[in-house]
Amino acid sequence: MPTIISINNLSKTYASGFSALKNVNLNIEKGEIFALLGPNGAGKTTLISTICGIVRPSEGTVTVAGRNIVTDYRKTRAMIGLVPQELTTDAFETVWATVSFSRGLFGKAPNPALVEHILKSLSLYAKKDNKIMTLSGGMKRRVMIAKALSHEPEILFLDEPSAGVDVELRKDMWNIVRGLRDTGVTVILTTHYIEEAEEMADRVGVINNGELILVEEKKLLMRKLGKKQLTLELQQPLTGVPSEFDEFHLELSQDGTNLIYTYDTQGERTGITTLLKELNERGIRFRDLSTKQSSLEEIFVSLVRKK
Amino acid sequence: MNIHAIKSIYYFEMSRTARTIMQSIISPVVSTSLYFVVFGSAIGSRITEIDGVSYGAFIVPGLVMLSLLTQSVSNASFGIYFPRFTGTIYELLSAPISPLEIVIGYVGAAASKSIVLGSIILATAGFFVPLEIAHPFWMLTFLVLTSITFSLLGFIIGIWADGFEKLQIVPLLIITPLTFLGGSFYSINMLPPFWQTVSLFNPVVYLVSGFRWSFYEISDVGVGVSVAMTGVFLVLCLAIISWMFKTGYRLKN
Repeated sequence: MPTIISINNLSKTYASGFSALKNVNLNIEKGEIFALLGPNGAGKTTLISTICGIVRPSEGTVTVAGRNIVTDYRKTRAMIGLVPQELTTDAFETVWATVSFSRGLFGKAPNPALVEHILKSLSLYAKKDNKIMTLSGGMKRRVMIAKALSHEPEILFLDEPSAGVDVELRKDMWNIVRGLRDTGVTVILTTHYIEEAEEMADRVGVINNGELILVEEKKLLMRKLGKKQLTLELQQPLTGVPSEFDEFHLELSQDGTNLIYTYDTQGERTGITTLLKELNERGIRFRDLSTKQSSLEEIFVSLVRKK
Repeated sequence: MNIHAIKSIYYFEMSRTARTIMQSIISPVVSTSLYFVVFGSAIGSRITEIDGVSYGAFIVPGLVMLSLLTQSVSNASFGIYFPRFTGTIYELLSAPISPLEIVIGYVGAAASKSIVLGSIILATAGFFVPLEIAHPFWMLTFLVLTSITFSLLGFIIGIWADGFEKLQIVPLLIITPLTFLGGSFYSINMLPPFWQTVSLFNPVVYLVSGFRWSFYEISDVGVGVSVAMTGVFLVLCLAIISWMFKTGYRLKN
């Protein structure tokens, strides 16, 4: 897929001296869902704000569809929609007015049919004449999305879209994002809800202390860094792991009924066959077994800790 | 030029006026009427004519200027400060719109409101005193130029202010005193020579004087000087706004 956003040697140092971004290099591919993961204060919002023109970069360049975001800002910004983390809305305006306002601000002629379509797709149409201050938090979040979509952007930034959102709305939002991707919109979302990235992203970037630690396809990342665990449910509990099994680094559950073997899925040999054979030879029987893959969250935590 | 963006900002701001009609239009009209009652009728009946103009009619340009200046500043400052306060400024900063277009939208709306308000106050004055406008073109020129200039000043204040208190300080503690001391209710020629000289440092003197000249052909300073001073102030405001956008002062990190 062609690159739609190219970030080169991007750094941002605030007047206070705080370095929010340190020499970030990243390419976003057209039509993908890219999840930017990182703990609070890692630089996710600064990176998005810089691409959108809200924050000035200290060093480096960003191009959108081959155009520089500083020198060719009209064309690049017209392609981008932004849903910020905070629910910043015009409390006294109606839903319809604020969405129409956003469309005009981005240089598009009024299009009531499109605004109607967007509001309907976000289940907001029934509230179109309501003042935003009367809406619930979830509805306000939808209004923010409607505003960002009002000028038909090719790229959509979602900054912590699930912050303060209930499970139902979160799932609705995931469906909306997938729907947008299907229409060719490139989606970049920041989150510290790993579940969100795991559910939706094609690729994942991990940022910590302003540095981009890793960029990888989600599936590949989980395969590369993901550990698998084999849990054996024993017929008879053990008081301890026999010393003959030291090489397997087995863990025993507190009640002694479960033996846990952690292995590398990428290794030449997993050691499972040998383990099961030796357990059999030693007369240790099990009634059931199960395997579990590391979640993206566990991978993320281990990456951030390493740094 | 992003015309749709300018129109969006302009209509957005104008619709805010419609929502706050009491505060935006009716309140200044009521307070101006009270000025006429107090200054024009009660005090004015005891003051003889000034330069051949009845006192009630003499204060009309000053009263219009008073409302024009305070309303231009407060409308424009609130217009840009409120998105900063609520955080919706993110949308303006991330939109494909130039600083000039932002200024045209916000300042244009604030100036339009002031011009409408000035016209309403003039019409209200017609109920109290006989009005004559010797130079309608120049009257309109001063009305428009002053509205734009002080809306630009308001825009600067709206970006500079980091709280509602600061937003109120300039109109209350600077604009209003300068207007009262700028010959709105008297001719500066009535002052002792020293205070006449001091008054010439007050920019409002030039606005009121020029505006009054367009009505009655009487002025404290030459009309050319009035126009030039208004122009200088306008250019100064534009230069400050240009600097603010260039450096991102209180707008961008």
